[in-house]
Amino acid sequence: MLFYTAKRFVLMLPVAIGVSLVCFLLVHLAPGDPLSAVLPTDASAETQAEMRKLYGFDKPLPVQYGLWLGRVLQGDLGVSIASGRPVAGEVINAVENSLVLAAAATLIGFVLGSLLGLLGGYFRGTIIDRLSSFTAVLGVSVPHYWLGMVLVIIFSVQLNWLPATGGGPQGSDSKGLNWDYIRFLVLPAITMSVIPMGIVARTVKALVAEILNQEFVQALAAKGLTERGVFRHVIKNAAPTALAVMGLQLGYLLGGSILIETVFSWPGTGFLLNAAIFQRDLPLLQGTILVLAIFFVVLNLLVDVVQTAIDPRVQRA
Amino acid sequence: MSAFPATEDRGGPAQPLLTVRDLVKHFPVRGKGWLGKRAVVRAVDGVSFDILKGETLGIVGESGCGKSTTARLLMHLIGPDSGEMVFDGESVGDTLALSAYRRQVQMVFQDSYASLNPRLTIEDSIAFAPKVHGVPAATARARAHDLLHRVGLEPGRFAGRYPHELSGGQRQRVNIARALALEPRLVILDEAVSALDKSVEAQVLNLLQDLKRDFGLTYVFISHDLNVVRYMVDRVMVMYLGKVAEIGEGEAVFSAPAHPYTSALLASMPTMDPTRRIGEAPLSGDPPNPIDPPPGCRFHTRCRFAEAVCSTVDPALAVAGAEHRAACLMLAPGSGHGRAPAAELAA
Amino acid sequence: MSAVASAGTSLAAPVARSPGYWSGVLRRLSRDKVAMVALVIILAIVLMAIFAPYLAPADPAKGSMLRRLRPIGTPNYPLGADELGRDMLSRLIYGARLSLIMGVTPVPIAFVIGGALGIIAGFAGGVVNTLIMRTIDVFYAFPSVLLAVALSGALGAGLGNALVSLTLVFIPPIARVAESVTTQVRGLDYIDAARASGAGALTIIRVHVLGNVLGPIFVYATSLVSVSMILASGLSFLGLGVRPPEPEWGLMLNTLRTAIYTQPLVAALPGLMIFITSVSFNMLSDGLRTAMEVK
Repeated sequence: MLFYTAKRFVLMLPVAIGVSLVCFLLVHLAPGDPLSAVLPTDASAETQAEMRKLYGFDKPLPVQYGLWLGRVLQGDLGVSIASGRPVAGEVINAVENSLVLAAAATLIGFVLGSLLGLLGGYFRGTIIDRLSSFTAVLGVSVPHYWLGMVLVIIFSVQLNWLPATGGGPQGSDSKGLNWDYIRFLVLPAITMSVIPMGIVARTVKALVAEILNQEFVQALAAKGLTERGVFRHVIKNAAPTALAVMGLQLGYLLGGSILIETVFSWPGTGFLLNAAIFQRDLPLLQGTILVLAIFFVVLNLLVDVVQTAIDPRVQRA
Repeated sequence: MSAFPATEDRGGPAQPLLTVRDLVKHFPVRGKGWLGKRAVVRAVDGVSFDILKGETLGIVGESGCGKSTTARLLMHLIGPDSGEMVFDGESVGDTLALSAYRRQVQMVFQDSYASLNPRLTIEDSIAFAPKVHGVPAATARARAHDLLHRVGLEPGRFAGRYPHELSGGQRQRVNIARALALEPRLVILDEAVSALDKSVEAQVLNLLQDLKRDFGLTYVFISHDLNVVRYMVDRVMVMYLGKVAEIGEGEAVFSAPAHPYTSALLASMPTMDPTRRIGEAPLSGDPPNPIDPPPGCRFHTRCRFAEAVCSTVDPALAVAGAEHRAACLMLAPGSGHGRAPAAELAA
Repeated sequence: MSAVASAGTSLAAPVARSPGYWSGVLRRLSRDKVAMVALVIILAIVLMAIFAPYLAPADPAKGSMLRRLRPIGTPNYPLGADELGRDMLSRLIYGARLSLIMGVTPVPIAFVIGGALGIIAGFAGGVVNTLIMRTIDVFYAFPSVLLAVALSGALGAGLGNALVSLTLVFIPPIARVAESVTTQVRGLDYIDAARASGAGALTIIRVHVLGNVLGPIFVYATSLVSVSMILASGLSFLGLGVRPPEPEWGLMLNTLRTAIYTQPLVAALPGLMIFITSVSFNMLSDGLRTAMEVK
């Protein structure tokens, strides 16, 4: 097990390096000079050259990458061009908010999706099955940013039950298990949960159908095992894969939250990305994307290792 | 009208069709760690034999003995690590180009379904090889129909069908037709009838005998079914863990096996003759791991006659009769084995 | 040896042909009611996009400051008017053009590039495979929305850049599917049989590999069209795709965001169009997959 974990970790390193390279090159993909957005248009040639030197843009690309990677490994993601504050601090703040949202959404999506999937797989071929698959298809095909707007229209504008936007009560920092904070979380979390719900439902349904078809389950049923006993068996065998899907979904949601965070003005990474893009704040853009992508890579590794720990059969080469 | 340049006999009937010398193929397997030494499976480990013109040479042995790897090496589907093959006097890959060699050697695989492209009709599957070699499409199609007829499938009914619409026996007939489409001289039958029902198997075996006679073919017949091998072959080669254990005339080997492994294999044959029923299993356990074969004679761990010398000396093929050789120290004069004949006096 | 040769002089007689695999797939697909309904909806939307100038009652770009944000059912504005007083119905009809172009085109382009990369990697194996697939892995390590936004954000807003970003997003997953299917097919005996017949790699890929791998890759790619529609409109929604005042559903959704307090139904309409299109593509893709599963 320890060996497998170590091997997975070593295999992850080249991907992580590749990811860092892509993030680094993103800035240089951008048209024009990375500094052009912040420098006044009438800045003299000397000022421009000075700034370029300050940010290290005058050196050859591989050297810039090496220096940048060195700083990143020490936790230094550079300084935001727009705000002048260190990128690392801003990203960590935003990641915290995004993580709360993504975790809540994953949880809701997992519970609803498993329910749908279990029902569909269990009552295969019936109307329940068709309803559950239809709901799952709707879940993966709905533009979630639009669903967010619709929910806001219903629950905030019409019914006035929940706040439309924002990341918590104005002027207070109280995050935690109090209704004042949670009511801001409800709509974005439900909106976001639709994505994992559809995917979890599909996976669980396929798993349940497959397990029910397996000979050992049929043998158990033939031996007179009760419905509940069979059901427990199904849960036990479907859990590892379903959990793995859930773990990966958390990563997708964290990286894909930008649209929903924009709709709800949720102060997470997506919001930060949006700001970085429109202020052409490239260090901030680069830092945010790097943190999210590396988080996703590490999460992948964790899911793999945990899944193997639960069920050694899935060990991937 | 043959579409291909004549592949006439060159060396006369006395020259073997294919001579195989010291063929070696080791497959690397993933070691236990990054620093661990690279382990290899010694699938074929120094095998030499001749295939005579017009004969059927059987290759038998337990699964994992290297039969199928040998077939793939003969077919050049995989390249050997070392060793030489001489086809009718010409060195393969040297004086005889690989493409020219391949046209004269074809193969029929065990899995009749996996060896046919499910998206091609039967006639397209058979006509593919001739078309590759430049035969016009219409001629290739005509040849496919003719071959279908020869393997007992009515072209009008079968040519336009897809593999999944045919039975296992019919598919294997198609595979045989496909193998013959290039007018080969040597056909390798790798467990070609093993997956078929017994009744169908007999029909296909008879078909193979007829085709061999009509087209003047030479067969390499690989099977684990000794009854079938005995019925089909002229000579037989017994393999054990990547090496030749015994080779000789079929009847000689079957009636008077010289290698203890061959005797054990024959004794384990299912038989309908009650007088030949045996009480205990002659071969116990699985063959040893080919990654780490036993030292000396590879069979000594399971051999009834094993002595100390067997675990140190790797036996070479020794004479067991006319055209009959076996790799056993009991046959090698002066080998040190208790049952070996005394060393001949130096002349 | 000559027995075969001499007998095969005459041309082959006509034979009874079995229906091919694809005609079977089409037959099964045509019996799938849900898939057929989806197909009809998609065709209707495509026709709407093509014939927009004939169908739209008004000029989608012409606004009126006096008629801003009219509700559904206003005379002359059957679906209301947007925040600049432009006719919603006309804008939704014209919006199909850019929305479809942005949402659909990245997938076929990614299908060709990703499919080719995956098939080459799968068939070649060894170093070539490692080189291609490890590069793909790096891009696959980004969640798709993040990659699309990051690329568009770096390249800058605009239709062309959005198309490039979306295509790059879909190449890795398609290449991975292509590689795994091709690796599977490559191990089958009929590929060995083809090699034994002396055929070259290109001939084997053309005759024996493509016919067996393109189907599964294609089905997978069709399942991405729905995702692509949502992502493409999402980019426009963020302001990274089409620029105003062009009519595009995602962009319309964005500019109408503030209208949710005054005209919520009108504001939600563009999203409904994206939803309907995306669901239809998903249903059609599901139907196609089911139709192809039977041997």
